[in-house]
Amino acid sequence: MLSHIPQAALDADPNVQLAKDIIGNCVHCGVCLSRCPTYAVKHEENDSPRGRIFLMKDMYEKGGVPDARTVEHLDRCLTCLACEAICPSGVEYSKLIAHGREYVEEHYKRPLFQRAVRELLVRLIPNARLFRLAIFGGRLGRPFRSLFSGTLRAMLDMVPTTPLPAPSPVDRPQTFLPAPEGGRAVKPRKRVALLNGCVQTVLDTAINEATIRLLQRHGVEVVVAAGSGCCGAPAEHMGDEAQALPLVKANIDAWLREADGPDGLDAIVINTSGCGTSIKAYGHALRLDPAWADKAARVSAMARDITEFMVEIGLQKPTIPTGLRVVYHSACSMQHGQRIVNQPKDLLRAAGFSVLDVPEGYLCCGSAGTYNLLQPDIANELKARKLKNIRSVQAQIAASGNIGCMTQLAGEVGLPFVHTVELLDWATGGPEPAAIQGQKLAAE
Amino acid sequence: MQMPEPNQAIISQRDALAQGLRQIVGKDWVISDDAQRRPYQCDGITAYMAMPLLVVLPGCAAEVQAVLRFCNERGVKIVPRGSGTSLSGGALPLEDGVLLVTSRLCNVLEVDAHNRVARVQPGVPNIKITEAVSHLGLCYMPDPSSQLISTIGGNVAENAGGVHCLKYGVTANHILGIQAVLMTGEMVELGGAYLGAAEGELDLMGVLTGSEGLLAVVTEIAVRLEPVPEVARVISMSFPSVEEACACVGAIIGVGVIPAGLEFMDRKVLDAVSVLIKEKFDDRTAALLLCELDGTAVEVDALVGVVSDVARAQGAIELKVSTTEEERQRIWSSRKLAFSAIGKLCPDYYCTDGTIPRNKLPEVLNKMADMSKKYGLDYANCFHAGDGNLHPIIMYDAAKPGDLEKAEEFGADVLIACVDAGGVLSGEHGIGVEKRDLMTHQFTEIDLQQQQMVKCAFDPKDLLNPGKMFPTLCRCAEFGRMHVHNGNLRFADIPRF
Repeated sequence: MLSHIPQAALDADPNVQLAKDIIGNCVHCGVCLSRCPTYAVKHEENDSPRGRIFLMKDMYEKGGVPDARTVEHLDRCLTCLACEAICPSGVEYSKLIAHGREYVEEHYKRPLFQRAVRELLVRLIPNARLFRLAIFGGRLGRPFRSLFSGTLRAMLDMVPTTPLPAPSPVDRPQTFLPAPEGGRAVKPRKRVALLNGCVQTVLDTAINEATIRLLQRHGVEVVVAAGSGCCGAPAEHMGDEAQALPLVKANIDAWLREADGPDGLDAIVINTSGCGTSIKAYGHALRLDPAWADKAARVSAMARDITEFMVEIGLQKPTIPTGLRVVYHSACSMQHGQRIVNQPKDLLRAAGFSVLDVPEGYLCCGSAGTYNLLQPDIANELKARKLKNIRSVQAQIAASGNIGCMTQLAGEVGLPFVHTVELLDWATGGPEPAAIQGQKLAAE
Repeated sequence: MQMPEPNQAIISQRDALAQGLRQIVGKDWVISDDAQRRPYQCDGITAYMAMPLLVVLPGCAAEVQAVLRFCNERGVKIVPRGSGTSLSGGALPLEDGVLLVTSRLCNVLEVDAHNRVARVQPGVPNIKITEAVSHLGLCYMPDPSSQLISTIGGNVAENAGGVHCLKYGVTANHILGIQAVLMTGEMVELGGAYLGAAEGELDLMGVLTGSEGLLAVVTEIAVRLEPVPEVARVISMSFPSVEEACACVGAIIGVGVIPAGLEFMDRKVLDAVSVLIKEKFDDRTAALLLCELDGTAVEVDALVGVVSDVARAQGAIELKVSTTEEERQRIWSSRKLAFSAIGKLCPDYYCTDGTIPRNKLPEVLNKMADMSKKYGLDYANCFHAGDGNLHPIIMYDAAKPGDLEKAEEFGADVLIACVDAGGVLSGEHGIGVEKRDLMTHQFTEIDLQQQQMVKCAFDPKDLLNPGKMFPTLCRCAEFGRMHVHNGNLRFADIPRF
């Protein structure tokens, strides 16, 4: 699509030139509408990828302060990237919306409440201690939830009702050697860094524990690198580059220190697909910074989802015959952001599970990072649709590779909801996942 | 391309009209804000854009009726729009017209497996019909390449085709009944609720199918469902020359085989595609045919043999036959990626759509090569060969002044060549605004007048999608008193645009 962005704007900002090029690839065919969750809910062009591309084109053409309507529709995008995955013309919507949001944050002054909420989330989520404190506060506020509406109510609703697990010892910086065989130490087949994440270390410590056990059992040495932490995605999704970049750079430094150390690194393993998508885009995010571009590109090239990595090294034969029916919910960041579609299902099958797909599996569950807090109405509608679809396939267990979706869905799905690695760990000799223990699973 | 002069008096009433329409469809479903109207400026052709006066999204058929009645009373034009995927500018808005969007009318209302009929709302995307009935082993056959999102209402308006329409027929052959709203707000039911139910009635449903939103707004459709064929296999056939490939198309149909699909791709398309699928095509290949055969296993095996023999006799240098579903999908992927692959070769492309008798394929394809030299624009060919439906892809650069105009002229020359070869202006994209001004090449004035009189019978004020399809506006009052003698029109001075 032809755009008429002023030359001065193109010259001033390479990201605007990039936006022009991306917009130029869009032929307005409309195929993206068929996969867009907000279009599925709203049925309105402005709430579709094609509509948002048009809105961004106008925003850049006009320059200056974007209007409130444009911001509203860009805010409603879940960044699920189903549109990018289906686009026949290869339009890189993820980059377009990321820079579009940065432009909005630079030029548009949000109402005070919105600003306060965004500021709070950007500071809270990456910091495990603050996040824990916030949940504690949320518990106190929860009885009064009916007094609130919108985002505040959504936040109170998100506060877990079950006790939080204690911080796990595995989440402290350290190195895990491969599991010994026959009482003898094993020479590592591979050495990887594990991103232990931010929210995950507070809400569900079992995921990192299972990942580490699984990798150790497969002869892999695992490092939780000192200085690594939140991937920066929460801030980046809100267009807040200033908050995101220090986190990104801290991770790059932490992992390259390991990679360039005596033992080196074969991969950076990520077990939260939302973070994986973000880390794989570090190279793009810092491409214009000469001091960081190469380093960021190296980190992105080493990033692997745990299921990609397990397929590369091969899964051991299962030690327990489960045959359980697992419905696999593919997170958007997994299937669209990273285009990892078959690996998790192949691994689950290899581990002895019978795998079922979710109908309308391409649709987002509404979690989308902090989206469920910022846009609770659309998020709740998508959640209800996803729950209905998951329940429709008569599974015994639900699995996914992203903590965000698990938090969004686990409470109401009516099935034990676990991370894919917990099942792989269990099937190859690890403990039964806590969510399944003592549960009466649906009939065979 | 010129559109009728917008009526400033209507434009000046925008706020009041928005107010009135909000009372009908609710405040959220009338879009009057500048920023939010802009994404509706065009459909699948971005070369033509116009800002709609208002965008209205009704939520039920009764609201469609009320909106049309409201606009009819005030002399406000209506442009119907589904998902906005038209490739002929059929849903191009009017600055003094309300864009009526059917995307909220997206429910499959009823599936009657016994009679193989589904009753659906017009905003249901084509593929959703098949998805709703696939568990019954049924499907909705017409498959335009936009089927993931193009709506069934739009398919009816354009009489959409697709790869499978060679064997199974176009949209018109799969529509059993229509509920539609006339510009006055009156609702009509045409056709029947199941196959054969409309026997004996004047085929007004046939009149409406392919009428490009000029006669009525469809609010409900009864579509025919078909059993999904047990087996489908595809043969990929390479030819050393375009002529031999074209001759093979005729020969296959000539021996009495009607393939489920028969597609043509020239060398330029193959080169573009091979980059995307990372697969090389034989250097000697100048053109490739993909021939799909479906039915029962025994039938398909026999047909594969027949078609393979024909292809060899016509000079095919390489034949590949799919043996598994994965292979079939892989072979088809080259065709499915053709347009995006070409899109990577050039900043912009313009794809038009004309249909010719199969035996004229080599002649028209050769003419295209000459035109390419004349206009200095590159082109590629990838089309539905079985029914002679050409889709020349003309490459240009919209940022270069004059390039779009050259591409349009090139496209027009191709369409004129199609008509001269005994063909027609459109195979499946419709006339819209894109081919409107060429209608006089295919039809004489009197032909056009007769067609416009049908339009007048449905929409005497010419408020429904005016400026599309016919190169002159209707003057219905004048038609009423018109006596045409020896083809001499009394109103030959009616302005063209």
